[in-house]
Amino acid sequence: MAEHIIELKGVTKYYDDNLVIDNVSFYVNKGEFITFLGPSGCGKTTTLRMIAGFDIPTSGQILLNGKDISLLPPNKRPVNTVFQRYALFPHLNIFENIAFGLRCKKVVNTYQNENGETYTKTERFSKKEIAEKVKKALAVVDLEGFEKRSVSTLSGGQQQRVAIARAIVNEPEILLLDEPLGALDLKMRKEMQIELKEMHKRLGITFIYVTHDQEEALTMSDTIVVMADGVVQQIGTPTDIYNEPANTFVADFIGESNIFNGTVVGDKKVKFCGKTFDCLDKFEKNELVDVVVRPEDVHMCTPEDGKLKGEVISVVFKGIHYEITVQVGRFEFVIQSTENRTVGETIGMNVSPDGIHLMKPKYTTNVFDGTITKRNTVEFADGEFECDVTQLYPNSRIDEEEYLVTETGERIDLTGTEVRVEVGLNDVMISDDETAGGTTGHIISIIYKGDHYRLIVRTEESEEDFVFTSADLWNENDFVSVIIPKEKIKLSLKHTEEKKR
Amino acid sequence: MIKKCLKAFYIGLILLLLYAPILLLAVYSFNESDLIGTWGAPSFKHYTALFTDPAILGMIGNTLLLALIAAVLSTVLGTVGALGMFYCKKRTRTAISGVSQIPIINAEIVTALALAITFVTVGMEKSFFTLVVGHMVICTPFVVLSVIPKLKQMDGSLYEAALDLGASPAKALFKVVLPQIIPGVISGFMLAVTLSLDDYIVTSYCKPSTFNTISTYVYNATTKGNAHTAETLSSFWALTTIIFVIILAVVLVANLTGRKKKEERR
Amino acid sequence: MKMPRFSRKTLCIPYCVFLIFFVILPMLVIFIYAFTDKNMNFSFGNFVKFFSDPTKLSTIVYSFVIAIVTTAVCLIIAYPVALILARSKMKRKFVLLFLFVTPMWINFVLRVNAIRELLNWIGLLGEANYFNTIFGMVYDFLPFMILPLYTTMMKIDNSLYEASADLGGNSFTTFTRVTLPLSMPGIMSGVTMVFLPSMTNYVVSDMLGNSKVTIIGKFIETYFGTDWHMGSMIALILLIIVFTSTALTGGFKSEDNVRGANL
Repeated sequence: MAEHIIELKGVTKYYDDNLVIDNVSFYVNKGEFITFLGPSGCGKTTTLRMIAGFDIPTSGQILLNGKDISLLPPNKRPVNTVFQRYALFPHLNIFENIAFGLRCKKVVNTYQNENGETYTKTERFSKKEIAEKVKKALAVVDLEGFEKRSVSTLSGGQQQRVAIARAIVNEPEILLLDEPLGALDLKMRKEMQIELKEMHKRLGITFIYVTHDQEEALTMSDTIVVMADGVVQQIGTPTDIYNEPANTFVADFIGESNIFNGTVVGDKKVKFCGKTFDCLDKFEKNELVDVVVRPEDVHMCTPEDGKLKGEVISVVFKGIHYEITVQVGRFEFVIQSTENRTVGETIGMNVSPDGIHLMKPKYTTNVFDGTITKRNTVEFADGEFECDVTQLYPNSRIDEEEYLVTETGERIDLTGTEVRVEVGLNDVMISDDETAGGTTGHIISIIYKGDHYRLIVRTEESEEDFVFTSADLWNENDFVSVIIPKEKIKLSLKHTEEKKR
Repeated sequence: MIKKCLKAFYIGLILLLLYAPILLLAVYSFNESDLIGTWGAPSFKHYTALFTDPAILGMIGNTLLLALIAAVLSTVLGTVGALGMFYCKKRTRTAISGVSQIPIINAEIVTALALAITFVTVGMEKSFFTLVVGHMVICTPFVVLSVIPKLKQMDGSLYEAALDLGASPAKALFKVVLPQIIPGVISGFMLAVTLSLDDYIVTSYCKPSTFNTISTYVYNATTKGNAHTAETLSSFWALTTIIFVIILAVVLVANLTGRKKKEERR
Repeated sequence: MKMPRFSRKTLCIPYCVFLIFFVILPMLVIFIYAFTDKNMNFSFGNFVKFFSDPTKLSTIVYSFVIAIVTTAVCLIIAYPVALILARSKMKRKFVLLFLFVTPMWINFVLRVNAIRELLNWIGLLGEANYFNTIFGMVYDFLPFMILPLYTTMMKIDNSLYEASADLGGNSFTTFTRVTLPLSMPGIMSGVTMVFLPSMTNYVVSDMLGNSKVTIIGKFIETYFGTDWHMGSMIALILLIIVFTSTALTGGFKSEDNVRGANL
């Protein structure tokens, strides 16, 4: 079994009052190239900074070789960082930049005196040792002879190399790289990806890499940790993550996907887009699932041979393949193929069982904690909604003084009653008009599902999420108000439910 | 934690030292005593003295009038100059801004002496005019300095776009370029006002002998003392307090409105 | 056919004329006065007289010493202030910075007068003239030191401190090898802005030093009444000192101007 060089145990981090890392646990094997992948603000950089020691976890532990280092200051940790914008010292030349860490370090040297006894001395590196090590490090990054140059005379790519040399010269156990290629142009980035990968093989130290570029992560890593919203979504090899995404977020974020709502209709049989397909994943019969089909897994054929039939609505040449969009009834399919098709053509399509990935939907309904307010409305998710409170008690009604009268004629003032609020995925509407709905928030996620979109709106204050489907295309970050029809708000009393349990 | 306390203590201590003299005057300005250290009954007598002494009122008026005139003229001259400079060839621009820097870097006394000797040499009597010129010499370069960066930030093709759309050059400058640099112009003006209000040395060299500003008046009263009574000196306490309160209010209002604007933008 | 076109360059003409008449011409005038005698004949007399008169030279030395001490004290007080403010994570730290700069907007002479009253109250006025002068100068010029230090320190990217810690530097190493060298431009700028006025601004030394402390600026002032030629010579020497030291310390930066900071 490989050694766990770093292990995170239930790490949680708050900045002020914002939860940025939510109970994250994973380990890193020694010598591995691991990548934290996720959209900006997902917590990947914070996780890296906690491993480096710049941030301290609010709770949880970070273990290095089994020892808790959560509170150790960065200068006492055997890890080095390549910073996002390099953080080279502008007042020092290349040599001094690289030698910085060596000059801070003390090493224990063993000597022998005349009597043959050995003794140890804690010393700093000698000038000669430093010069040698710097030279070696510069050779590793292909910058021989750059010692005397000043930082400002270097190109972005060269600065990047110096930053790497400055970190590896200290022979850290782990090299942390915080989006190190983000500032480089595409060609440079591709070159550096290969070089970094080679460097990792040659040096044999553990690399922890942070990026939001899924392609970069897939090419370089041994293991990928996909993060979103401060939570680990999936950990696995690039192949695993690409072929078997754990949820629609991962499927959507890594590579391109066709995502549909489907129903399991039998043993390894799933129905979506109106047709039944064979698949490999096992789910309970009648279970609602998310179906992911990669564009390259859709095979085109003649209309007669295809299980699905549709009309080509757009063709885009992408260099190595064509991206063909096909309208199948209400649904849209995206296909990647080396074959060309013309717009307007009717084609057939097949998907083989291993091209169909089923996953449990992350969201089936929205549940909130709410409180009944004076006017028989319910307050939840930073807003107040009209609702039908009579559903809380069977056969009850509201009298003219707005009190609830139960079946037995008992009058109840519901104000302040805590309730569970449930809203279905199809029961939420949003509007540009900020005053139209019960609460407001920003759209934080949009996933296309063949014939509709799945949106998530997050309220500002308490950050409650509304997950729902919509036929209209909105933009991420749009500020919208959330409308829920009165009859679609399902209420249940909280305490009675607890009693049942 | 201890480190944090030490830091807060240090900052507090330096601030206390910085405000001690002003606060001392502020406290005694409401006291009938004419001497700091002897405590009398609370009184507004220093304020009454301040507002009834025609000489003091005159010099306050002079100071404000001078600052306003010098600042307006400096702002116009500096803004127009900066615009012209900005569109000059690089070499010309470097030369002009080099000369423009001289009064900024130079010791005030050298500027003052040079101006004074020049006025006499060319046969100009010292007058309100020479005084305004003296203040313009120290203020205008600062106006130029605050306008130039705004010009550099401005999108260069705005002016061309205006001409392209049919505006005359004058109209393009007024309607398009000027609004872009107005924050720099305003800060230049404010800077000119404060520099003029604050000045002693150039004022004392360029002013006609009968004309006094707060600076020259207070300086003369304290160093060439005899002609002035303790009452005059203690009325300065009141003056200092009033100015301090006005500045605090301005800073506070500026901060509050600035913050509001920022919040509105969010 | 070409229409005569409006050139935006012509806008700088009024300012150029102003600069020629009221900046260049005066400089020429003192240059001429410095190298002429009473009959306006060319002469090196003032130059020779200045450097052969021990009392004049000792005044210069005294003035230098006062300026150096003032600058040093300002730097020692201001550096921690600027560093604490710049590195503080407080949301409203600019309010604190304002508090340090606000006294600058009170009329200079009134401010010196306030110190005069304070010193008088303590009983030092007329007793310790050199101390009082330096005290007053430190008080008056401190913000000139804090502000450039603060702006320079604010420009130091936090990741550089993190990089230093990451590479094994403790807080002392980080200070000596990162913070100090990177704040050097601020130190230079601050030193220039304190050193020069403390050599020349005689208002402080006059009002607090009981007219017993003579700095170079005062020296020129005394000659203005008696001997313009000598006065011009001293002014010229001062001019050379000022411009060389400004050139050496990297020039004047408009952003460091204390009064401009707010606006």
